[in-house]
Amino acid sequence: MSAGGFTDSARAELRNPQLRRNLRKATTTIRAKRAAVVAEVDEWEALRDAGRRIKQRAMNQLDVVLERLEASVTAAGGEVHWARDAAEANAIVTRLVRAAGSDEVIKVKSMATDEIGLNDALAAAGITAHETDLAELIVQLADHDRSSHILVPAIHRNRAEIRALFRAKLPGAEDVGDEPAALAEAARRYLREKFLSVKVGVSGANFAVAETGTVGVVESEGNGRMCTTLPETLITVMGIEKVLPDFDDLAVMLELLPRSSTGERMNPYTSLWTGVTPGDGPRAFHLVLLDAGRTATLGDPVGRDALHCIRCSACLNVCPVFERTGGHAYNSTYPGPIGAILTPQLSGMTTGTDLPWASSLCGACYDACPVKIDIPTLLVHLRGRVIREQGGPKGEGMAMEVLARTFAHRRRYETAQKAARLGALPLSRDGRIERRLPGPLKGWTAVRDLPAPPAQSFRDWWKEHR
Amino acid sequence: MEVALFITCVNDTLYPQTGRATVELLERLGCTVRFPLEQTCCGQIHANAGYGHQALPLVRRFVKAFGQYEAIVCPSGSCAAMVHEQYERLAREAGDEALLAQVRELAPRVHELSLFLTDVLGVEDVGAYYPHRVTYHPTCHSLRLERVGDAPLRLLRAVRGIDLVELPEATTCCGFGGTFAVKNAETSAAMLADKLACVQRTGAEVCTALDNSCLLHIGGGLSRIQAGTRSVHLVEILAS
Repeated sequence: MSAGGFTDSARAELRNPQLRRNLRKATTTIRAKRAAVVAEVDEWEALRDAGRRIKQRAMNQLDVVLERLEASVTAAGGEVHWARDAAEANAIVTRLVRAAGSDEVIKVKSMATDEIGLNDALAAAGITAHETDLAELIVQLADHDRSSHILVPAIHRNRAEIRALFRAKLPGAEDVGDEPAALAEAARRYLREKFLSVKVGVSGANFAVAETGTVGVVESEGNGRMCTTLPETLITVMGIEKVLPDFDDLAVMLELLPRSSTGERMNPYTSLWTGVTPGDGPRAFHLVLLDAGRTATLGDPVGRDALHCIRCSACLNVCPVFERTGGHAYNSTYPGPIGAILTPQLSGMTTGTDLPWASSLCGACYDACPVKIDIPTLLVHLRGRVIREQGGPKGEGMAMEVLARTFAHRRRYETAQKAARLGALPLSRDGRIERRLPGPLKGWTAVRDLPAPPAQSFRDWWKEHR
Repeated sequence: MEVALFITCVNDTLYPQTGRATVELLERLGCTVRFPLEQTCCGQIHANAGYGHQALPLVRRFVKAFGQYEAIVCPSGSCAAMVHEQYERLAREAGDEALLAQVRELAPRVHELSLFLTDVLGVEDVGAYYPHRVTYHPTCHSLRLERVGDAPLRLLRAVRGIDLVELPEATTCCGFGGTFAVKNAETSAAMLADKLACVQRTGAEVCTALDNSCLLHIGGGLSRIQAGTRSVHLVEILAS
């Protein structure tokens, strides 16, 4: 397990007052919206169960479902490509863009292409990727910035910051105001020209239906609709876990997703396409199916539930840790509670292995998850895997062992209670330990007092009085 | 009714007054209280820190200490939830079928204290008198794992003399999270700061909850900033 990581990044992020305020405002707003639209669905819990069952069914026969998807997409005039990892996926997309004779692409917001670092890979090949989602555009315009939220990538920025950024970087926005409508209009003018001129569109997929070969993207701005309909060539990069067995499954997912993510009954734009249609939309459609650790994740009987995620980000918005640290602290494409269970697994437990500890296990994420992923249980499970496979921080295993041995025997436990009482005596005053202690209690006593162990434990009282 | 008290290691060692209050309250309500002295820790510390294999002997120990009792009552939502939510998984992962059967049989007999009062004994007014301004923090595990709902609030509302005030943003975690408060101490402190601000907005003398571990955290923060608000376990209010 890596030292530092989340802990160190969080420490830095916590000290940014603007970030704290932006996050608090944004997550509070979206939480209230979600709660309101979820409360109006009487059968919400049944819907969650249905969503969970659909994902379980898909994951339990993933190989079969994916081949069915390939057959359906191919039959509808699309072409399916299989990518074992990020490098393969990037190479495939680069080759396809070149074959289409373009040196630029317009992109719909996509987690999968963020995950594989597609924009950088395309840039290295001399291909410019234009993000068309407003928030992704903001992140892309700001050098060295990164997305910090699955749904709201620029949640860490407020409109004053965005105005400054647009004035400096966005062509034609030299004197834009800070009203949301003005900012959106400036982006719209810039993007409209790209939509109408760039020949290749790149998207992710919220869902793909094996039965029909239908691929879908849901979004709010209409940029996705334009990226998937206007270019001559459309390339979709999709994690293999996004597949749904049947078209009817979409009905459940399209009810669960917008209410959980944006807090809307229905998202403004739902684009569904099936292969290619002569005279309507792209003339060529490529579906890149990305593994990148997903098959390996499927091998963990507990951890595999992370693959059920539909990227709604409800877990981020209700997470008290995320609300304070923001997404960058996670150093991961997928931040928040879902990132903490997905990132280490997708990386084959090589990166983000400290993320399962970036949680107080409060359980708010589990209650909010539309497909009922028991995130706290997965966090605890992954903590166990990291400890077993890689070991814990220096000295921790030994300390835990000693503690376990102490608890294993009544006499040792009672002796330890007395020792704790005696040990605390020189440190306490009026029943409290107010000073800063070294070692593992350093962090605790930095901002919190401790009660000193009282003169009599409960069991001593019991023995005396009962 | 005979009741075995599952005190928890935190209460036994640091909060004996919570244990005494639990005994007094249960006896007042006509229960015969037993205290199996062989109990130590439920194993949650180890299980949640990633050392589930070391928690296993503690699971076995718990089954041995409490197996014979019809009703086992715990003044901690979190430790009750450990038995309800994690014992089965730990036994299953260890491949111990006998233990799995034992914990499945035992778990329904373990009750979080407030639910035991409202759902098993069927009381809300326990005859308490507590003339103080009090705010209630629903701890995460009592709320989301034990699903105590409004049981603790119904018990508090029946207390004479109490001035019960609602805690803003009540269901947000205080930032304790066991080893989380130590491993990610700064993030935990940021969560605590917001919780303390909410507690202070109520003007309460007392912040109460069903878990002394969370109150150790909230109370430790209140004490450090000299807030003038104490943390008191809910059962101590009910026993007064």
